[in-house]
Amino acid sequence: MASKSERKVILETRGVYKQFPKVLANQDVNIKLHEGEILCLLGENGAGKSTLMNILYGLYKPTAGEMYLNGRSVVFSSPKDAIRLGLGMVHQHFMLVETLTVTENIILGSEPGRGVQIDYREARKRVKELSETYGLKIDPDAMIENLSVGLQQRVEILKALYRDARILILDEPTAVLTPQEVEELFGVIKELRASGVSIIIITHKLEEVLDISDRVYILRRGKIEGERATADVNKEELANLMVGRSVVLTVHREPHEPHPEPVFEIENLHVLDDRAYPAVNGLTLSVRPGEVVGIAGVDGNGQSELADAIMGLRPVQSGRLLHLGSDIARMSTKERIGRSISYVPADRQRYGLVLSMTIAENIAMGYHDRSPNARGINLDYPAMARRAEELIGQFDIRAPGPLTPAGQLSGGNQQKVILAREFTRKPTFLLVSQPTRGLDVGAIEYIHSEVLAMRSQDVGVLMISLELEEIFALADRILVLYEGAIVKELDPDRTDEREVGFFMTGGKEKAS
Amino acid sequence: MNVLSIFNTDLLVAMVRLSTPITLAAIGATICERSGVVNIAMEGIMIVGAFFAAVVAYFTGSPWLGLVAGVFAGGVYSMIHAAATVSLHLDHTVSGAVLNILAFGLTRYLMVLVFGHPGTSEPIARTLGNFQVAIPLLSRIPVIGPIFFNQTPIVYLSFVMVIFFTWFLKKTKTGLHVRASGEHPLALETIGVSVYRMRYLGVIVSGLMGGLAGAYLSIENSASFTEGMTNGKGFIAMAAMISGGWRPVGAFLASLFFGFADALQIRFQVFKVLQVPEEIFIIFPYIATLLAVAGLVRRSRPPKADGVDFMIERPEE
Repeated sequence: MASKSERKVILETRGVYKQFPKVLANQDVNIKLHEGEILCLLGENGAGKSTLMNILYGLYKPTAGEMYLNGRSVVFSSPKDAIRLGLGMVHQHFMLVETLTVTENIILGSEPGRGVQIDYREARKRVKELSETYGLKIDPDAMIENLSVGLQQRVEILKALYRDARILILDEPTAVLTPQEVEELFGVIKELRASGVSIIIITHKLEEVLDISDRVYILRRGKIEGERATADVNKEELANLMVGRSVVLTVHREPHEPHPEPVFEIENLHVLDDRAYPAVNGLTLSVRPGEVVGIAGVDGNGQSELADAIMGLRPVQSGRLLHLGSDIARMSTKERIGRSISYVPADRQRYGLVLSMTIAENIAMGYHDRSPNARGINLDYPAMARRAEELIGQFDIRAPGPLTPAGQLSGGNQQKVILAREFTRKPTFLLVSQPTRGLDVGAIEYIHSEVLAMRSQDVGVLMISLELEEIFALADRILVLYEGAIVKELDPDRTDEREVGFFMTGGKEKAS
Repeated sequence: MNVLSIFNTDLLVAMVRLSTPITLAAIGATICERSGVVNIAMEGIMIVGAFFAAVVAYFTGSPWLGLVAGVFAGGVYSMIHAAATVSLHLDHTVSGAVLNILAFGLTRYLMVLVFGHPGTSEPIARTLGNFQVAIPLLSRIPVIGPIFFNQTPIVYLSFVMVIFFTWFLKKTKTGLHVRASGEHPLALETIGVSVYRMRYLGVIVSGLMGGLAGAYLSIENSASFTEGMTNGKGFIAMAAMISGGWRPVGAFLASLFFGFADALQIRFQVFKVLQVPEEIFIIFPYIATLLAVAGLVRRSRPPKADGVDFMIERPEE
């Protein structure tokens, strides 16, 4: 293989700036992509990675700066220009039309056929050929909405290849995949590299960089903070470059003996989903004070319905929810909160916060009807603000003040507001669902240490997470959720991601 | 008089005639919403189309020129909706409501300006209703023949439109783009097809079809323009679009159903078959609309990005 310096530069940016009305998203970005390499662009959320890629793809116009493709200066006025010159992009949120078929999505915008009519036979043929050439198996007539996320991503890759992409940009490609799917995807990416496609992966996950890339650029606050050959760099260095300070990647978990009497138990729980199909099927578990129980599972196996049922946001069909010995299954959400149950919901923007309200109001919420937030029937705004001020300091929330609307905060700080509200209510039982989804290493570090702090205060913690790394970092016991029931309990010290992943995808224990 | 005697071929012929404007408007609205723009302005577009068709037909003496004028006026009027919703990112329902109100004011004003009085225009000498064409052979088929094959020009045109737009959505490249624009506009934009263009196309189709529906009312089904002559048909067309599952054939069948309810209502009134105040029957089509929407709506799903504004260049959140 030729050394890196001799390899042809296929894509280059020089001095790219992007100014949005309020933020400078990219400043003086210079990157080079060599032919046939896998390049990672690492950065925290809001570092400007996606903006840069959208500029490369012609979706945004740069405020200043130039782009060179194969040494020639190019200006893209729309993605059409980028596509024509061999760029393909797999977006973080898939650009697939759910009600159309695989074939229709792949050919969209470049349909075969003379005149106005689409030649569907030709289209299907080409999709089949393409999927055989690259070993990406897919049913060309399947509806997108019926496909798994992994398969949808495959359609996205095929879509780019159908347009003869020589450069493929993948935006946070593993965010939604199971460990097995990630492995498959990496196989596909390597296959593509072998066939001469150059690849850019945007990510905030350090493992991903180390697992797959040849080279990495680190982006922080819109600027390139460094460039490394993957072989010469380790996780800590990458993390420090990305965050701009030294971070602890895995918070230290002190041994802590839980109390023997469970604080929360679920017995044979059955819950229906929105379409009235069973989502939770006879689930049983218990949580003791001072332990973190982690629920691992592929998204859509009953996680959200379970959380809803525990909090009284969705009716329980049958089964018991025991908190400190009494059944709370028929109680209102308000009563449950009143019994010292705290909840950190998975979707912080929809359920955790009212984005248009201030930090002070969001912290008071749910407890707004009692002291110190209320006096009689009136809300005590000065008291709410004082309390928020205190918690902003305690939880290190980066915000101008207690009267800043929650919607103006970054994701990590929004989550800290929720933590500040829920963790200071002296809970006995804490339900946290995907506490660090979409957050970057700095914020993850903080939130993980706060969850462990609750554990050492003898709070029983039930954590639902789609991130196995998170489960392994925090859980004292791992319960694997599959099709609405706990199919396996594992000890994090005696298992690994592979084994958990195996049970998560419906693997059965071998008969011994 | 026997109640059953009103259930004859004439009733079905009337059904088709009464459903024609609804069919046209419903198909127009269907294409518009499939592209992602909610269009509650069909009523307003129809009344504008009806007015201009009548005016041109009256002054030129040619109903054909009237037809062209009606379609054209509908198209032009709908461009206000396109500009407001697509380019200026105004809320689709607000823009539609404004266009409806504006249309009634505008046509009243123009009535006075052109004819010197509000109300009803001077009668048109020759209308498209004079051009009833029996299609050889097909019109001889019992029952079906008189219903579908012995009709007037715009009625035939509405049949053609059902087939044309079904083909358009299912088989053409532009049709696929329109569908994608209403479901996931960013997916379309990111592969290099302009969402704005598809949405403008969707709106103008609804404008042309609404204009055609209006022309039918003033110069084919009658011989003059009357203020408010659309009488809610634009809104019933919305119901037909929804009950028809945002599909041209579905919209057509739903429109036939509403046309049937209307035809039945008229007969009940005229023939005084039941001993109740005849005005009661006027609510027939509206009740039918209500029931159809309530019963069918749950099964049909609107385009995902229907009424959702599309704007590129957003800073990342």
